[in-house]
Amino acid sequence: MWHDAVVIAGKDLRIEARSRVATNQVVPFALLVLVLFAFALDPDRGVLARASAGLFWVTVLFAAVLAIQRSFAVEADDGARDALRLSGLDPAGIFLGKAVAVALQLLALEACLAVGVYVLYDAPVDGIGLLVLTCLVATAGLAAAGTLYGVLAAGLRVRETLLPLLLLPVVAPVLVAATRAGEAALAGTSSAGWPWVQRLAVVAAVYTAFGNVAFGPLLEES
Amino acid sequence: MTAATPATTAGRDRATATRLTTALGAAALVGLVVHLVLALGTTPADRVQRDAVRLLYVHVPAAWLAYLAFAVTALGSALYLWRRTRARFWDVAAGAAAELGVLFTALTLALGSIWGRATWGVFWTWDARLTTTALLLVLYLGYLALRRVPADPEVRARRSAIAALVAFVDVPLVHLSVEWWRTLHQEPTFLRRDLDPTIDTSMAVGLWVSVLAYTLVFAWLLVHRFRVAWLEDRLDDHALEAALAERRAEAEVDPELVVSS
Repeated sequence: MWHDAVVIAGKDLRIEARSRVATNQVVPFALLVLVLFAFALDPDRGVLARASAGLFWVTVLFAAVLAIQRSFAVEADDGARDALRLSGLDPAGIFLGKAVAVALQLLALEACLAVGVYVLYDAPVDGIGLLVLTCLVATAGLAAAGTLYGVLAAGLRVRETLLPLLLLPVVAPVLVAATRAGEAALAGTSSAGWPWVQRLAVVAAVYTAFGNVAFGPLLEES
Repeated sequence: MTAATPATTAGRDRATATRLTTALGAAALVGLVVHLVLALGTTPADRVQRDAVRLLYVHVPAAWLAYLAFAVTALGSALYLWRRTRARFWDVAAGAAAELGVLFTALTLALGSIWGRATWGVFWTWDARLTTTALLLVLYLGYLALRRVPADPEVRARRSAIAALVAFVDVPLVHLSVEWWRTLHQEPTFLRRDLDPTIDTSMAVGLWVSVLAYTLVFAWLLVHRFRVAWLEDRLDDHALEAALAERRAEAEVDPELVVSS
């Protein structure tokens, strides 16, 4: 299973490295959302700095929807999906591989966004350790839930509109917990943030377990 | 055979009522009448909430039925996914229950907002239970949207069942995360640890009667929605078979005729 996961993750990341859709489209989109937030919330009133953790994670959620759609769009062409089914790879391994590839892309995106938030919103920087760990655990949860719903919606004609509707409510706990942890870190009260990281870990574990079991049947059918 | 016979049989086939459900419907109607008399008439107005308290005689049962409906959806989905109990029956039941769940969740939110406006002074607050309920509504609206996507019945059933179970697992996660975040809603009145309800006896009776009455209404709606969905399903199969038969009939046309024409 682990070997299969590495194979799939390597394949997806290689496709992204060559096609550069993530770097040319998803990252600029996320930065654009940051600028749009600045337009919507008057930068002079200090709202942006105070809300930076929340705005950061909302932007990540939007970008995650795009990354997941992309992750399954590459399987849609040239019968790649059938090839994947016939490859004999363990479905749980395929799930983990795709989730890891999405998570790594999102982590890279979060690094860019963090710089953007720091520069554009004048957000305070504190509790780096907590911030990094929050990003890691929250991204794991996002990628696991996203990959599960990605394969669920992959074969459908209405997938572009259905995926956000299905995915965003399910990752709401990730948004709540990650934002609280981020706020705690930025406010310099890291001790208040650690319980939220534990909860993020529970969410990530639940979605990963679910995805491991459900991915196979979902990949088989559509 | 008279011309009327097939029509009557078809009519009986189409009807979704049986003697049992007619009795159930009658009981639900009686329950509703008693509930209205109690809720609007005999129970007293609250000291603080005044007449707004009467909204709770619908709000509380609606919330309970929303949870019951989603539990039925989860149960139906789990039984569908389990190989030994896999049957179209469970898929259709899960879908019917989810529709009612969405209906009652929306009703809970609407009545709760009106009640909140009268009692708290605002339509909405970001309290844990309110937030969870709102997310519940969106989660299952997504589930219903997924169900409505045309697909092979088996494929759709399995896909919907998995989505329903993810949504069901997600509910406690959402609730815990927002509960830690903020809580303002009333403490439970009935299900308290010391088992001593904190309301006037006549109000308690009124509330229990309304819970019972709406549960009967729910059961009646569920059975009928299920039967309609079941008939829709059969109609689809029927249409498919008819179309297949047509194609086969076309194929059986004499080949010489086709060539000459």
